[in-house]
Amino acid sequence: MQEEAEKEKMVKVYIMGREFEVPATLNIVKAFEYAGYRFIRGIGCRGGYCGACATVYRFKDDYRLNFALACQKAVEDGMYLTILPFVPAEKAKYDMNKLKPRGTVLLELYPEIARCVACNTCTKACPQELEVMDYVQAAIRGDIEEVANLSFDCIQCGLCAMRCPAEIVPYNVGQIARRLFAKYIAPKAHPTHARVDEINACVFDEELDNYIILAKEDIERLKKIYVEREIKVG
Amino acid sequence: MKIPYFPGCSLKTIGEGFEKSAIASAAVLDIELEELPRWVCCGTVSSLTTDDLMHHLAPVRNLIRVEDINETQLVTLCSVCYSTLKRSNALVKNDPEKLKTMNQFMYRERDYQGNVKVLHFLELLREIGFYKLKEKVKRPLKGLTLSPYYGCLLVRPKEFGIDDPENPTILQDLVKSLGADVIDNPYQLKCCGSYHTVDKPNLVADLGYKILTYARNSGADALVLSCPLCAFNLDNRQREIKRQFPDFVEIPILYFTQLMALAFGLDEEKLGLEINYVDPMPLLKEKSLIKPMSLIKE
Amino acid sequence: MSKTIRLDSPEATKFAAKIQERSGEPIDMCFQCGECSSACPVSSDMDLMPSTLVRFTQLGLKDELINSKTIWVCASCFNCVARCPKGIDIAKVAEALRQELLRKKLDYVEVRDLSIEERQEIPQIAIISNLRKFSR
Repeated sequence: MQEEAEKEKMVKVYIMGREFEVPATLNIVKAFEYAGYRFIRGIGCRGGYCGACATVYRFKDDYRLNFALACQKAVEDGMYLTILPFVPAEKAKYDMNKLKPRGTVLLELYPEIARCVACNTCTKACPQELEVMDYVQAAIRGDIEEVANLSFDCIQCGLCAMRCPAEIVPYNVGQIARRLFAKYIAPKAHPTHARVDEINACVFDEELDNYIILAKEDIERLKKIYVEREIKVG
Repeated sequence: MKIPYFPGCSLKTIGEGFEKSAIASAAVLDIELEELPRWVCCGTVSSLTTDDLMHHLAPVRNLIRVEDINETQLVTLCSVCYSTLKRSNALVKNDPEKLKTMNQFMYRERDYQGNVKVLHFLELLREIGFYKLKEKVKRPLKGLTLSPYYGCLLVRPKEFGIDDPENPTILQDLVKSLGADVIDNPYQLKCCGSYHTVDKPNLVADLGYKILTYARNSGADALVLSCPLCAFNLDNRQREIKRQFPDFVEIPILYFTQLMALAFGLDEEKLGLEINYVDPMPLLKEKSLIKPMSLIKE
Repeated sequence: MSKTIRLDSPEATKFAAKIQERSGEPIDMCFQCGECSSACPVSSDMDLMPSTLVRFTQLGLKDELINSKTIWVCASCFNCVARCPKGIDIAKVAEALRQELLRKKLDYVEVRDLSIEERQEIPQIAIISNLRKFSR
C-alpha cells in the first residue's frame, strides 16, 4: 500500500502526436524534456516572464484550443502538446523622441488595427488573461492610457498575433502605447527627479561621508541615528 | 431619464463636437446619455452577405453589454452606427439559429436575449416631442436657413430607417422647432460617397460639390446632419472640392446637436465648433447667434 | 465584339446560384426596369450599370462581374434598394460579388498603402468602413 502511495502519479500526454507517460507533477517544458526532447527554440526564462514558450494544446475528446506558457502549465492526462518556436511579426520603426502622443498615433503606426472585428479571439489566446480585444479597441479610439493600462502584464508571447483573423499583432500596439504613456502621458515622479538632482548637486555628500566615518569608529552611534531617524509620511 | 448611449469610434475624435453638444443638449431635456461600458467598435458598415456571422459579432456584443447593465434601449448619434447595430439586432432577432451560434462563439459573454432596442437620438427626440425642444429654446435660431442632410443610412433601407426614405421630415421638424428656417434640397438623400473618401476622394468631391452647391444656391447658410462620416466628406473634404471646382464657395456644416445646444443657449465650449473644418463662427456671429466668450456672464 | 453565352452552362448556372445564395436576394425577379441604375449616385463611375450587374448575375457571367469596376464603386447607399419595384437588394448582390474575390485574399485596398498624412487625417469611421468593404 505504501509503495503505491509513494509511486509517482503518471499521466498520458501526446507530444506532436506521439504518446508518452510523464509524471503529473511536471510542467509542459519538463514533460517534453522527460520524454527526451531538448529545447533549442521556444524556451527562455522558465519562470513565466519572457514569453518564449508560448504553447497551444488540446485535450482528448475536446475540440477546444487552449493556450498557456509551457513553463507555467502543469501537464494533465490526455493533453495534445506542441510548442510554438516563433510567431512572425514586424515591429514598426519609430523614434520615441519624434512621436507625439496624439490620438491617431497608434493607427498611424499600425493601421491594420482598423480591421479588428471584435471577435475576442486574442483575449481567449492570452496566457496572461489580459483583455486584449479591449485594448485593441481602445487603440482604435486613440485612448493611449487605456491601452497601456490593459496591456501592462503583456509578455509578448505572440499567441494573440497568431490567432487574430484580422492579422493584427496586438502586442506591438500595446508596447508602443506603454512607451508613449510612460514618456509623455504618465505624471512625472517629481520627488524622484528632485532627489536625483540633489544627489548630483552633492547636497548629501558630507552627510554620507560622516556616516562612513561613524561606521568605522562608532557603529553603535550610527545604529542609534538610524533607529531614531525621522520618517516623513505622506 | 438615463439612457445608455453608444458613441462609436469617431465621436471621440472627429465627431467630438457632435458628442459634446449632444450630451449637453440632452441634459437640458433631462436626458442623461450614459456611455455604454466596454463598448466595441460596431464595425461601421453592415455585413451584407447571408453567410457571414463574424462581422455581426461586434454589434451583438454591444447589445449584450446593454443587457449586462440591465437596460433595454441603446441610443446612437452616428447614423452609420445606428444602421449597423439595428441591422445586426434584427438579424439575430429573426434568426434564432444564427443567434445561438453567435452566443456559443461568444461563450465568455452572457447570451444575448434579444431584448434591446436600438434608437437614433433623433427618434428619441421625436418620441419626446419636438415641442419640448421648442420650450427649452432660449435663443431661437432666427435668420438661420439650413439645408437638412440625411445621407443614406438614417432612412435606407426602409425597414431600418427612422423616417420615410423618399420624403423624410424629421430633421426639418427639429430645425423648425429651434426657430430656424429650412430649404428644400433634393440632394438631401444623396450619398456623400461614404467610405470612398479613403481611396477615391475625387468621387467624394464630385458628390459633395453637387450637394453643397445646391444647398448654397437655394439660400441655405449651412448644412445640418447626423453622421461623422458625412461630416468628414462634406466638411473636411471641401478642401478637395475647392481644388477640383475652383468656383466652389465654402459652406459650414453643423451637427443637429450643435444647433440644439446653440438654441438652448449653452456655452460655446459645449458646442465643439472648433472641430468643424469650415469655421461656422463667422456665420453664427453674423446672425447674432453667438456671444463672444468675454461677454458671457454665466 | 460579340460573345456567345450558353444559358445552360453548368459553371454559369452554378455561379449564379452561388451569388443568389450568398446575397439572399431573388435575383431572378429582376425584369430590367432600370430604376436602380437611375437611382445610383455613383453610376457615372461604373462600367456595368446596377441593372446590368443584376442581369449578368442572372446569366452567371462570372468573369465580367468579378473584373468589373462596378462592384468597387458601389457606395452601399441603398438607393437602388429603395427604388427597386421588386424589392431586390442590389447592394447585397454587389457585396456577394466583392466577397468572391475578397475571400480568396484578393484585397482591393491595402491598408499599409495609406500615407502617414492620410492615416492622421482620415477618421476611423472612414478607414474601418473602407477596409470592411474592400479587404478581408
